[in-house]
Amino acid sequence: MASSSVAADMELDRPNLEDYLPPDSLPQEAPRNLHLRDLLDISPVLTEAAGAIVDDSFTRCFKSNSPEPWNWNIYLFPLWCFGVVIRYGILFPLSCLFIVSTNWEVIEANITSKTFGVKRGFREAGGPVLNTCNRMVSIFCRLFFPVHFLLKGQDKLRSKIERKLVEMMCSVFVASWTGVIKYHGPRPSTRPHQVFVANHTSMIDFIILEQMTAFAVIMQKHPGWVGFIQKTILESVGCIWFNRNDLRDREVTARKLRDHVQQSDNNPLLIFPEGTCVNNQYTVMFKKGAFELGCAVCPIAIKYNKIFVDAFWNSKKQSFTMHLVRLMTSWAVVCDVWYLEPQYLREGETAIAFAERVRDMIAARAGLKKVPWDGYLKHNRPSPKHTEEK
Amino acid sequence: MGSTPSMLTQYDIEEVQDHCNHAFSQQEIVSLYHRFCQLDRNGGGFVSADEFMSVPEFAVNPLSQRLLRMLDGLNFKEFVAFLSAFSPRTSPQQKIEFIFKVYDTDCNGKVAFDDILSILRDLTGSFMTEQQRQKVLTHVLEEAGYTKDSHFTLPDFVKIIGSSELKMEVEVPID
Repeated sequence: MASSSVAADMELDRPNLEDYLPPDSLPQEAPRNLHLRDLLDISPVLTEAAGAIVDDSFTRCFKSNSPEPWNWNIYLFPLWCFGVVIRYGILFPLSCLFIVSTNWEVIEANITSKTFGVKRGFREAGGPVLNTCNRMVSIFCRLFFPVHFLLKGQDKLRSKIERKLVEMMCSVFVASWTGVIKYHGPRPSTRPHQVFVANHTSMIDFIILEQMTAFAVIMQKHPGWVGFIQKTILESVGCIWFNRNDLRDREVTARKLRDHVQQSDNNPLLIFPEGTCVNNQYTVMFKKGAFELGCAVCPIAIKYNKIFVDAFWNSKKQSFTMHLVRLMTSWAVVCDVWYLEPQYLREGETAIAFAERVRDMIAARAGLKKVPWDGYLKHNRPSPKHTEEK
Repeated sequence: MGSTPSMLTQYDIEEVQDHCNHAFSQQEIVSLYHRFCQLDRNGGGFVSADEFMSVPEFAVNPLSQRLLRMLDGLNFKEFVAFLSAFSPRTSPQQKIEFIFKVYDTDCNGKVAFDDILSILRDLTGSFMTEQQRQKVLTHVLEEAGYTKDSHFTLPDFVKIIGSSELKMEVEVPID
């Protein structure tokens, strides 16, 4: 009704304008005095605007907080220098070699398998130090791609093996940046009609969770080498792709999600309902898509320990590669993962209310603050209808 | 102050403080500077309209377009001067002057019926028809002793709005 909307426009204790309109245009209300002063005084609206300019809760969600420098006195500084030497000189090259040998084998395996479709021997990347890494990775490649192609007929066996291999790959990845992860709560089981939701800080969230259980995840298509990995390896776990900027994609994706959940032999689906990476101190509004699939929702809370490294991936500021480099040059990535109790849609609860309830749970567990903004506003502007509502 | 200052010197802070007539403390100016740099993504030394609009709380404000016209291309010193109207240390007279500037889009020192009408349009949007708006405005003006053709100057505004009870303050977070 127009009267309540106009009241929402200006403060509730200000007189309503419709009191001055002819009685046939709107329902009669008790007349109060509207002075010119009230009309000209736009200070509340201006104050709100200025408040938003000075500080707003949305930007705070995406601020990467720089850690306090602790190397400021004569005793600690050499210690810090020593730490830098170790981190950049030893840990980082090790991690790089680890990852490079992994990728090298993967790319090579991919190319050879695709052209010949037959198991082939692989060239060793050389160096005694890399032998163990190589061996592990070679095993992965030797098993993964042939399995993928040769076992085309026996889907169940193939998916089981692939699942295990992907889990192993993720463990390797996690070890490369010395991840120390504590899992709390029961391990997720592969049952149909369940969906997992988690808060999102960085792309590595997915890898951390994948290490424990092979999830199928729904992700944004990325360019570059990440996109390549997305296409080749992650296809096997049954991931769903979408494009954030494509509006029509939404219905198609919703349908795909629904189909995935119905089938019993698909990997459990993992969704990040925030829709974007948020720094690990706040949660933005959850998208309701995950909550209207009509099945159990199992929340997962992830919290990174800031002392070691800030795991927030500020996708506007740095590319994923730089982010990985930063992770690899830090001492460790320490985080806690809590698997929470599955939740069901309650009687008379809308999907949005359900999403809020789950968000409350995750925020409480991981010690995050809640913010009433839509994560997509990071990439788009609020539509004019939001302004109208105001 | 240079096109892309990365650090504020004491001299800079004092210059800015002078420019805004000591509306903000030095600590607040430093905080505002951090905020300015945060908003100024491309580091051009001024915040463009686009960058302001990326703050959703600002973008949904009905008067955002008007304010953008006043805010576009301001460097840090002018930015602080703009915000000085919202400091608890400024007088009501200065706050009313700011409101007057928001109304007076053509900057000729006079606010007419149409100016007030267009702000009313911004605030009410599609919830009132143009006719209703004109009716209400005419009625209210007549009640206050003015006509549709009256022009308001700043002293008129001060007289109408009055100095008391003008709550237009914003708190600058000091981190």
